[in-house]
Amino acid sequence: MGKSTVIPFGPQHPVLPEPLHLDLVVQDETVIDVLPQIGFVHRGLEKLVETRDYNQFIFVAERICGICAMGHSLGYAETVEELMGIEVPTRAEYLRVIWHELSRIHSHLLWLGLAADAFGFESMFMHCWRLRERILDIFEKTTGGRVILSVVRVGGVARDIEDSELAAICSVLDGIKSEYKEITDTLLTDMSVKNRTVGVGTLTHEQAVDLSMVGPFARASNVSYDVRSFGRGAYGALSDFQPIVDAQGDCYARVKVRCLEVLQSIQIIQELAGKIPQGDIAVKVKGNPDPGARAANVLEQPRGECYYYAQGNGTKFLERMRMRTPTSQNLAGMVEALKGCDLADVNMVILTIDPCISCTER
Amino acid sequence: MGSFHLGAMTLRSLFKKPETLCYPAQTKTPYAGQKGHIVNDVAGCILCAKCQKTCPCHCITVDKAARTWTIQPYMCVQCGSCVAACPTHCLSMDPSPTSIATQKSEVVCAVPEKDKDADADAEKAAS
Repeated sequence: MGKSTVIPFGPQHPVLPEPLHLDLVVQDETVIDVLPQIGFVHRGLEKLVETRDYNQFIFVAERICGICAMGHSLGYAETVEELMGIEVPTRAEYLRVIWHELSRIHSHLLWLGLAADAFGFESMFMHCWRLRERILDIFEKTTGGRVILSVVRVGGVARDIEDSELAAICSVLDGIKSEYKEITDTLLTDMSVKNRTVGVGTLTHEQAVDLSMVGPFARASNVSYDVRSFGRGAYGALSDFQPIVDAQGDCYARVKVRCLEVLQSIQIIQELAGKIPQGDIAVKVKGNPDPGARAANVLEQPRGECYYYAQGNGTKFLERMRMRTPTSQNLAGMVEALKGCDLADVNMVILTIDPCISCTER
Repeated sequence: MGSFHLGAMTLRSLFKKPETLCYPAQTKTPYAGQKGHIVNDVAGCILCAKCQKTCPCHCITVDKAARTWTIQPYMCVQCGSCVAACPTHCLSMDPSPTSIATQKSEVVCAVPEKDKDADADAEKAAS
């Protein structure tokens, strides 16, 4: 063994879409320890709850992260609704889940494209983003926005989707499904991909449980935990929902779980589009949260469980709004997964964990 | 083997309609209700200031004495709250691109004087 050397990784690095700094302690070519550092994109968004009322803050919440925008507005709205005892119309719950699952597809396709690009699979990167563009087009058509949708309101949703439009969405998703299967079959059977991912950055089931990992990162280590399986909102109307898990815990397992989750999301949207009831899409919200009222909520974001906490003070402004994002949970697991891997594999391990730093720092 | 599948998929793209547009030679027709910059049809504006109250970024200022409606477009996040709150539906979103600017400026709209009774009736109906 040679002596230890510290190699700085990030915050600006070709493989990182967002700034994350890692001090990699290496001996020869093996990473023996990792010291993560964040704090490059902190914007103090939680503090804004003091100057934006509970209706206005939804637009701040969805700007926490561009990719998880729909999820954050949904998670925030559900928390405030619980705080104020608001019952949301069933049709609004279905529409929210449809948009949320579409955003999961768009997030996973974006990630798959970036991962393919890191593998050197340029053409696959383009195919993934080509398919993602169709999802963004659905967003544009149904909400008016491509990434920041501004469609969820406290008490429901701002826009309805007509039944004919839902049928059109299902047929677009059918087209995406067949092409997506070709892409994932290629990725998951390719020998060069397997060489770089199988047995790399392994996190065992015990480690994943001990470190409270969430999302596809945990599910790839055989932790069968998915907030969607609680059956809240329109998820309760699904005939069957089983989290996608894999037992291996390595980079390949994480790629596989995310690839299969896109197909699962397509299935959820198509099922809900067939079952969506007619009715109102929002209820009128009056009054303010009671002083001292508290509410907590969890939501399955594309990267895992996100926790929301709100506290009222009797005015239209909330006393406190707190979020714990999936990446802040998963950073501890990322450090463990990186220990023992080759320096050349660090990129791949980080990519398959898919950290979202802007969510984490807010 | 996987690369051959991807190659076949890529080759098929040669015989399909392009997925992209040759912008700016070709432009996309905006969808109904697509987001864009806020436009005020001042003929219908009653200066009720509901848009100012609801705006999460405080970019709208309504001055009843001077009869002006002002928006700072570079602060606007195009959330559509003001459009939804407007009782006379005089606010709308225009998805067409705005002209290129070298300096941030605000848009000031002078709201013409209307029949006072009609104004009061519209404000009463709005509240």
